[in-house]
Amino acid sequence: MAGVWVFAETVDGVPKPVVLELLTKARSLGDAAAIALGPGASKSAATLGRYGASKVYVHEDPAFREVLATPAVDLLARLVEKDQPDLVIFGMTYEGRDVASRLSARLGSALIANATDVTKRDGGWAIVSPMFGGSLLVTTVPKTKGPTLVLIRPKAVAAEPASAAGAPEVRTLTDPVDTSKPVARVLRRETEKASGPKLEDATIIVSGGRGLGAPENFKMLDELAAELGAAVGASRAVVDAGWKPYSFQIGQTGKTVKPTVYIALGISGAMQHTVGMKGARTIIAINKDPDAPIFKLADLGVVGDVHKIVPQLIQEVRSRKGK
Amino acid sequence: MNVLVCVKQIPDPNAPGKLDPQTKRLVREGVDLVLDPGDEHGVEAGLQLVEKDAGEVTVISMGPPKAVDAIRRALAMGAHRGILITDTGLENSDAISTARAIAAAIKGQSYDLIICGTESTDGSSGAVPAQLAELLGLPLLSFAKKLEVAQGKAVIDRQTDDGYDVVEAPLPSIVTVTGGINEARYPALRGIMQAKNKEVKQVGLSDIGLEGQAGKAALTQEVVDATPAEARKAGEVVEDKGEGAKRVADFLKALKVI
Repeated sequence: MAGVWVFAETVDGVPKPVVLELLTKARSLGDAAAIALGPGASKSAATLGRYGASKVYVHEDPAFREVLATPAVDLLARLVEKDQPDLVIFGMTYEGRDVASRLSARLGSALIANATDVTKRDGGWAIVSPMFGGSLLVTTVPKTKGPTLVLIRPKAVAAEPASAAGAPEVRTLTDPVDTSKPVARVLRRETEKASGPKLEDATIIVSGGRGLGAPENFKMLDELAAELGAAVGASRAVVDAGWKPYSFQIGQTGKTVKPTVYIALGISGAMQHTVGMKGARTIIAINKDPDAPIFKLADLGVVGDVHKIVPQLIQEVRSRKGK
Repeated sequence: MNVLVCVKQIPDPNAPGKLDPQTKRLVREGVDLVLDPGDEHGVEAGLQLVEKDAGEVTVISMGPPKAVDAIRRALAMGAHRGILITDTGLENSDAISTARAIAAAIKGQSYDLIICGTESTDGSSGAVPAQLAELLGLPLLSFAKKLEVAQGKAVIDRQTDDGYDVVEAPLPSIVTVTGGINEARYPALRGIMQAKNKEVKQVGLSDIGLEGQAGKAALTQEVVDATPAEARKAGEVVEDKGEGAKRVADFLKALKVI
């Protein structure tokens, strides 16, 4: 059976949600193993096993959390050489991108980014990635020997626990971590607190774009979101303009979301944005430009002025909730 | 301080992209080609650093001969000189070939900092900067929304899912910048005139010693199929004549979310 490894990003022993998605995919393709690095990594082994990892490599050295990419690349390169997996999959995350890209240069392996699916084909792999905002699906096959590295977009696969998962074999690694080379080191971490549900988990998302006109107009989105129990998101244009922190950004370079309802306010629907939200079950858009591409995706589109409609909508929602 | 900025010429991102059904490559004919807007922030970041200190900004790109236009745009913004890696053998290069070509083209030259966008707007794999860092043995400060350089070190605010990390690396190192890092300047007429006389060095595979090791000769992957994705069907679009908010609220009610 093919050896399929998952780079299991964990924070204090808790795997990131994308890791469970990757394992769900990995176990359908072969014998799945997970590599969990950093303090608390061994605590994650049980969860990783539940989602299909038959083997979990753990290394608890704090350097994996404090130093960007290079310690993980050094270790992965050694492990790959020794145990020769056929496929190594990473989440298309900040860490995943840095580690996978460096590793591909170290090993000379094929790296395929932005993937939404991996299948077996002719004894190798076929990888599907969306292009042009998801309007085109491109299938790529690797041409190199050795493991293929794939970066899979978050939310591309639905995470499901394995039906017959036993406790995984845990391999605790203790090889010294070399940080004598020049490295990028994390000095401190800052969290930008958002109220309400997290974007990734929200059932409803209220999202704003450049059409809101000014940063202070996001206040009415916050109000609407509070009424709906929704999370607030933003387009790249708004984040680039500094109206909202990056953690709000939805799209190609931001988060991928799949809520039940996505309400796009003053968002034109550039492909950069829609690639991150077109998986929503229902899309509602309000925009003053009748030709805005967002109306091609929306289940309900209202051509009109967000500054007028949103305050009215808040009142309408309130009155309906009262009934 | 000397800064190298990697840039790419791409089809205008405001026009819908197309793949050639035969070659499965981006169609570059009949489309406006522009300097990737993400790279303008890289050029701006480089210019701000040398304006504060001293030194030069070199812009490097790989592409067909007409990619020189993207370099000229960066020169018009104020960059000092350009390098264009161009060779028919490099057509259809994947990310690692691009990284190898850049690494080879700058061999022997010293830079305090190399700046790239986080990813190109057209291909958007975002692999080249980290691959280049690995090939050159340099630290990578990725996803910077703020960059400061002092006392032989670069410090960035690196985007995370719920905020940012402050990350430091000694020079030389590579930084990838996000669109939020600065407001890129618009070339002034004077800059556009001056750019015409600035040096752009063109190099091919033999000049950088990579014949047979990059581009077509060293593909790590092949696109075998490209099909239109199933499109979402557009629903109803109504014009707001005072009833818009009510329509949306009714719709939400029907979805049982209120």
